[in-house]
Amino acid sequence: MTSEVGPNGEQETRRGFLRYLLGGGLVASLAAVLYPIMAYLKPPQQAEVEVTSVKAGKVSAMEKESGIIVRFGNKPVILVRNAAGEFRAFSATCTHLDCTVQFRKDMGLIWCACHNGRYDLNGRNVAGPPPRPLDEYRVIIQGEDISISKKA
Amino acid sequence: MNTFWSRLYSWADERVKLGGLVEYMGKKYVPVNRHSIWYYFGGVSLFLFIIQVVTGILLLLYYKSGELLAFESIQFIMAKVRFGWLIRSLHSWTANLFVLTAMIHMFSVFFGKAYRKPREITWITGMVMFFLALGFGFSGYLLPWNELAFFATKVGTDIAGAVPIVGKPMMVFLRGGEDVTGATLSRFFGFHVALLPGIFTVFLGIHLLLVQRQGMSEPLSHGDSPDTERKTMPFFPNFLLRDMLFWLMVLNLLAILAVFFPWELGKKADAFASAPAGIKPEWYFLFMFQTLKYIPGKILFIDGEVLGILVFGLAGFLWLMVPFWDRKSSRGETNRLINYVGIFVVFYMIILTIVGWIV
Repeated sequence: MTSEVGPNGEQETRRGFLRYLLGGGLVASLAAVLYPIMAYLKPPQQAEVEVTSVKAGKVSAMEKESGIIVRFGNKPVILVRNAAGEFRAFSATCTHLDCTVQFRKDMGLIWCACHNGRYDLNGRNVAGPPPRPLDEYRVIIQGEDISISKKA
Repeated sequence: MNTFWSRLYSWADERVKLGGLVEYMGKKYVPVNRHSIWYYFGGVSLFLFIIQVVTGILLLLYYKSGELLAFESIQFIMAKVRFGWLIRSLHSWTANLFVLTAMIHMFSVFFGKAYRKPREITWITGMVMFFLALGFGFSGYLLPWNELAFFATKVGTDIAGAVPIVGKPMMVFLRGGEDVTGATLSRFFGFHVALLPGIFTVFLGIHLLLVQRQGMSEPLSHGDSPDTERKTMPFFPNFLLRDMLFWLMVLNLLAILAVFFPWELGKKADAFASAPAGIKPEWYFLFMFQTLKYIPGKILFIDGEVLGILVFGLAGFLWLMVPFWDRKSSRGETNRLINYVGIFVVFYMIILTIVGWIV
């Protein structure tokens, strides 16, 4: 308290102090209620098993000019085989709005049904709204087995 | 019998004083003019909302949330539960009609400038309910956990995620994680049956209270005529009976739609399947969906989708705030700009919806 004399002055400072205490207490209580709620709303990070490589099937099982969706951990990956018989793999998640793309033999393209986004067989966005190419994965052929792994 | 009801009435009247309320209702008049037909769309929206509450509660008796059970429980409702197909179909059809009647109601209020002083709060609460209705539609769409819903939710939440700064945390909050999974379904279920109905009811209460307190708005052009020349109709029973006749007609329409065009369930969602060709959102999101198709990936340095979201967000905000920037109508003057804006919006929505439907 200041050295203010007189009953009024003293009362003012005391009142101010109490108001400050009450306000601060209210803010603190509010924070104590809101903080756990906000924290609760945020989903916890699930420990994901780090997948580096998956088996995608047999070479003979895939025709030329075809594509399949392969499960890569919890992400879909599209494996395509072009007319020359070469394999390519890309993230199947459209870079536009998160839909899952598909191989279209009639177009010779990778196509997204949601907003008509198109990628060529090198994963490049060639038409429609996608802003970026599809992320590429590495395809390894060992004899008959196809495996897909993340690009280093 | 009569004495029973009158005794019941006086029993209640003695305790809670119903007299004033009855007198108030008896003195309530609805203006009659050549735009009176639009007055019915608010009431019918309320009726459809009540149907949603009733059918929604009925569906809750059998619906099971979760990615393993949701789709199967809807199958069960539609195939095994007696009249389950009807309840589910009604719920889906009513949802669509509700958005439609609410939209008609909104545009009639907009073109009639009924939002002008003193009804700004009525407009704001109505618009909030409209946005909530879209939230109801979006969250309810996912609950059957089918393929279309799965991708619609992926796209919808990804759009939310593209909003600068707050987008990413908002997307994670909506999805209950990085991806659309069973966690998303649980959250949407909670939003759909608890959070949204709770908030909606509060706004509905304020909205209806204001309508009762302020009465119906009249078109600006009628403001000049003296009170004696204005035609009115008693709310009770004349207007209410007309209201209920319209409700009955809508109920019949719903029955026809639900019986002859049952709502499909489609295929169960699969996170490792491609989005099916011909995928479309519900019709009331179609004009925005179609716009997103036309915006190129990059405009200058901004992502096309971000630009689209910002433009739609700004347009929605301006629409919400119209009572505050349309000063002319509040002063009782004609504001042609509002008509042009409204006509543009209506045509934009209709044309892009049709294009989205056909293409």
